[in-house]
Amino acid sequence: MSTLQNVLIGSVRTAVGWLPEGWLPGGRPDPLIGRHGAVGRQSALSDAPEKVTGAARFAADVAVDGLCHAALVHAPITRGRITRLDTTAAEAAPGVVAVVTHRNMPRVDSPALIGLSNPSAVGNSDLPILQDDRVHYNGQVVAAVVAETQAQADHAATLLDIGYEVTKAPTDFATAKASARTIPTLLYEPTQRAEGDAEADLSTSRYAVDAIYTTPWQTHNAIELHALTVIWEGDRLTVHDATQMIAPTATALAKMFGLKRENVRVLSPFVGGGFGGKGFWDHHVIAVAAARLAGRPLRLRLTREGVYRVVGGRSQTEQRVALGADAEGRFTALIHTGTSVMPPYSCSPEAFTLGTRAMYRSGSYLYSQRHADMAVVPNTFMRAPGEAVGTFAVESAVDELAHEMGIDPIELRLRNLPEVHPVTGVRFSQHALDQAYRDGAARFGWAERPATPGERRDGEWRIGMGCASGSFPYVRLPGASVRITLHRDGTAAVACSAQDMGMGTATVQTQHAADRLGLTPETVRFVSGDSDLPPAPAAGGSGQTASIAGAVMAASAKLVGELIRLAGNASPLAGLRAEDLHFDRAGLVAREDPARHESFAAILARANREEVSVTASGAVPMEMFRYAMHSTSAIFAEVRVSDVTGEVRVTRMLGSFDCGTILNPRTAASQFRGGMIMGLGLALTEETLYDERTGRIMNPSLADYHVPAHLDVPPIDVIWTGIPDPRTPLGARGIGEIGTTGVAAAIANAVFNATGKRVRDLPLTLDKVL
Amino acid sequence: MAITVNGTKVDPPGDMRVSLLDFLRDDLHLTGTKIGCNQGACGACTVLIDGERVLSCLTLAAQADGREVTTIEGLAEGDALHAVQAAFVDHDGLQCGYCTPGQVCAATALLNELRTGSPSYVTGDLTAAAPLTAEEIRERLSGNLCRCGAHNGIVSAVLALAEART
Amino acid sequence: MTVLRYSRAADLAEAVSAGQEARLLGGGTNLIDLMRKGVERPQHLLDVSRLPAGIDETEDGGLLIGGALSNAALAADPRIRAHYPMLSRAVLAGASAQIRNMATVAGNLMQRTRCPYFADVAGASCNRRVPGSGCDAQGGVSRYTAVLGTSKSCIAAHPSDMAVALVALDAVVCLEGPAGPRRLAITDFHLLPGDSPEKETALAPGEVISGVVLPPSSLAARSAYRKVRDRASYAFALVSVAAGLRLEAGRIAEARIALGGVGTVPWRAARAEALLIGAEPTPELFARAADAELAEAETQPATAFKPELARRTLRAVLTTLAEDAA
Repeated sequence: MSTLQNVLIGSVRTAVGWLPEGWLPGGRPDPLIGRHGAVGRQSALSDAPEKVTGAARFAADVAVDGLCHAALVHAPITRGRITRLDTTAAEAAPGVVAVVTHRNMPRVDSPALIGLSNPSAVGNSDLPILQDDRVHYNGQVVAAVVAETQAQADHAATLLDIGYEVTKAPTDFATAKASARTIPTLLYEPTQRAEGDAEADLSTSRYAVDAIYTTPWQTHNAIELHALTVIWEGDRLTVHDATQMIAPTATALAKMFGLKRENVRVLSPFVGGGFGGKGFWDHHVIAVAAARLAGRPLRLRLTREGVYRVVGGRSQTEQRVALGADAEGRFTALIHTGTSVMPPYSCSPEAFTLGTRAMYRSGSYLYSQRHADMAVVPNTFMRAPGEAVGTFAVESAVDELAHEMGIDPIELRLRNLPEVHPVTGVRFSQHALDQAYRDGAARFGWAERPATPGERRDGEWRIGMGCASGSFPYVRLPGASVRITLHRDGTAAVACSAQDMGMGTATVQTQHAADRLGLTPETVRFVSGDSDLPPAPAAGGSGQTASIAGAVMAASAKLVGELIRLAGNASPLAGLRAEDLHFDRAGLVAREDPARHESFAAILARANREEVSVTASGAVPMEMFRYAMHSTSAIFAEVRVSDVTGEVRVTRMLGSFDCGTILNPRTAASQFRGGMIMGLGLALTEETLYDERTGRIMNPSLADYHVPAHLDVPPIDVIWTGIPDPRTPLGARGIGEIGTTGVAAAIANAVFNATGKRVRDLPLTLDKVL
Repeated sequence: MAITVNGTKVDPPGDMRVSLLDFLRDDLHLTGTKIGCNQGACGACTVLIDGERVLSCLTLAAQADGREVTTIEGLAEGDALHAVQAAFVDHDGLQCGYCTPGQVCAATALLNELRTGSPSYVTGDLTAAAPLTAEEIRERLSGNLCRCGAHNGIVSAVLALAEART
Repeated sequence: MTVLRYSRAADLAEAVSAGQEARLLGGGTNLIDLMRKGVERPQHLLDVSRLPAGIDETEDGGLLIGGALSNAALAADPRIRAHYPMLSRAVLAGASAQIRNMATVAGNLMQRTRCPYFADVAGASCNRRVPGSGCDAQGGVSRYTAVLGTSKSCIAAHPSDMAVALVALDAVVCLEGPAGPRRLAITDFHLLPGDSPEKETALAPGEVISGVVLPPSSLAARSAYRKVRDRASYAFALVSVAAGLRLEAGRIAEARIALGGVGTVPWRAARAEALLIGAEPTPELFARAADAELAEAETQPATAFKPELARRTLRAVLTTLAEDAA
């Protein structure tokens, strides 16, 4: 990310602004929008039967002959050098095949850092991987032991004798914050945006709130442990991986190990949860190298502790939100600034001010954030990066302001909704948060909420309601491609290297392709999870569905031309051009004369072909530059807070979403609920605990890091506006992350309504309520 | 020594430190049983021993000697889904599917525990049979963590089964 | 985990005779985890989990619980549920259904602290794990450490819920050893850390827990266990309270209180009990009793809230018990 990128993105945005709408993808709404087909119908996950029977094969489930197993050794110091390294005892231990350290590790470059300039870049850090004797953060991998069995590898890993020279490192936030730096760009936006003199306006505002909000380190904690099963055959490399970036991982491994891209295959048909954590980390490189050194197929599965030590999570944040309003409740000043952690070797800014920029208009505003350098495992994106914690701060502040003004917090929000993007001035592609609020409030029973805190109780339990807005940007990633193959038996296959971590990617794209091609879902097969297929981008940014949908649109358009060519002069379609035709009834139909129809099967039979196949990439996602595109939500929570213990229990939640067309109500509802439950964990229990004296994570376990358990999770109601976004494929925007945004604020606001106690520091544990 | 796994007798491993979980997965290739923490903290490795739910990560394979182990692969008879498996599909009680085998095994045992009248921490009157409520199901399934957030579907699947059986 | 020998004890005598050389394995829910972490490194495991175990009535009307009985079986037993509900609920408050099926009563008494520094062999100093090495928990990540019974050497909390109820119920631990059987009040079983936190119990070398006796109790049938934790379930206690009251003519005739989550051992609240007995149950009395019990609490920044949380929880439990008894 650089100043140059800012300039480039800015100039593209300007240029695109001049183009007539018809030239842009999305300029003419997708014809499938509003059509009643397979899209929009309830459909269970297509792979659910495999999952409930245990037949689904995850990365560590693949059976391979001659498999050996690896165990990692993590540095217990935070920064320094290895001064003593004796592998003798480990090498002599029963079953040991190889011990890999920086001494015998093949020389490999670090992966390119994730960034906008290179879609196949996968690195979360640019530190050398087992290349030298230096330790940069606590838990860094310093060795791997390979043995016949996992038990032997685990034991031998304890036999390495490693000595360290320790040097000083930044390990406490308060100190690191003092020298935090400002980088030019936050992902796709300049870090700093200002209009007017917000500080001055704040000080003269009729009403004002100004507070600091803090959020902790968090770890994704997908239940599946990161794992690879690695198989070398000469210069061919096959990796069964647990990844949400299949094609980019194959490209990166090819580059790092000097292989032809077509000789590297990454397979990941099932992924046991990702949430941003199943990217590319040191264990990938170590496993592939260790398998080569061992000369055997190898499995490396991180331990749960290893996940915390190898895979970074969401950075802690300290945010200031200040809001000024006039007598009518119109925002006169909005300030959102603060600090998160991003060591110099990492590339993921926790962009907590980005969402705010699109949420409210204000007479003046100031957005900026700084990055503190700490010696920690490289932080990375975690479900709804930025917005998950940014909405906690700003939506708490809005609630505080509403309370101070004595008006309903929904009303205050509605008064300040923007008509256009408040910073860039571009139009929203579609924006109906007001409707989401009205629908949600009615269904949740918001009217029963007492305006005065602390009025409702049931025995020792105080009861309160809160709400908050959520927001997450629409993304359609460039470079998505798919192959559509029509078979003579009338079935179709749609293939790309997409990753399905349970979101329903395959289910929904099957529905989509059926509608697009005039087929029934039963005759369409969606194939994914394999880097040999046309490349799809990483599953990230809630952008996979739109990205693949764009590619399916492009490929189906190309398919029309190919079918016309095959149909030839004997076809009832002879003489018609591509723009005269559309897909229907398992074939092509003339737009002007529906009687002129020929089935795919008939076209292929006459052409004496078994199948026809086309591959295409989605159009460049110019709509993202032309319009402000955001999924939004109104989140409602009801809590009970014990007067005795301060325990907070959420009794019900409702999410009212405005995310465009909902493609499959069942899988979408699951996504929304899942996101909200991660928001519930963020609100109440989750915290990765560093010992700030040493920089070591002290709760690297699912016993000590509390993800919500069943008893924590209340019934969650989910509704949506369902208004299509005319600028996106199928009218849909992303839904994977929006659920996590707004939830923490809604819960904290409900706790305030229950008790009158304002907690600005997450997680909202009982000691902060007492 | 012999362990009965899904009705078949097998010899326990020679290496006595091998957990039942690793034994099932690495030696018997019954990979439906999942490993989520190896710390006894997530429930993904839940299997049934003599019909009771246990964590296979904290059980040495040797401890299962002479016992009947049922894994997710052994629940159903024939090709049809077991009732609990079918309910999970019907109620969207899963997303990524990784914690699912453990949830299904735990739910299967839970239904039996309800039938025998075992109480839970949230049962009000410990001397009476536990009421059939969502809260009871949620408490009794709390040993099985889910990160995708399929909790509502899982609980409604189990509650529907429990109600159908009474 | 090193290569190890595994065998199964045929009877208690074998467990006693092998006990000096072997580590006894109950459910393994704590021991196997600690072996994997490298905290425990036994060479030989002697499985005692299949020794016959039930619940028998004693001559004086109490109950004798077998050491190898599962936690789940203990909590579900109709006699425990009816006559010692605080024990049933304490057991049900602990861990998960799976772990309660595996864990034994004796193993639960022997479980070791969940202090993160105790578990971190590679990265932390811990006097309990390596005597004399230091205590990194002090000044560190310490939300789940103790505030009562701490020493300069150790602030680790005892993690058991079951043991808290047993302490409140005046349970007696039955031991079988090379020198024969003996019985020990449970309050004498767990040892305060003092200068030697590595010495956690009064077990002599080779001794085995054969069972636990619950004496007959006139207050236990209306006793309670309340656990306060960060996650609603499947989490260790920040504070827990096991308590029972018996009232006679409007005054407290008998009181049994123990605290969990706050002590280096399952904490018998003897000071609070002493204040209660003979007095009228009033909010002021309960407040005084709670204050007295927590008066000497020593906190870390991360546990500064615990004395107040313990006081509030104790007051609430006593209030409910007194209302029920009245």
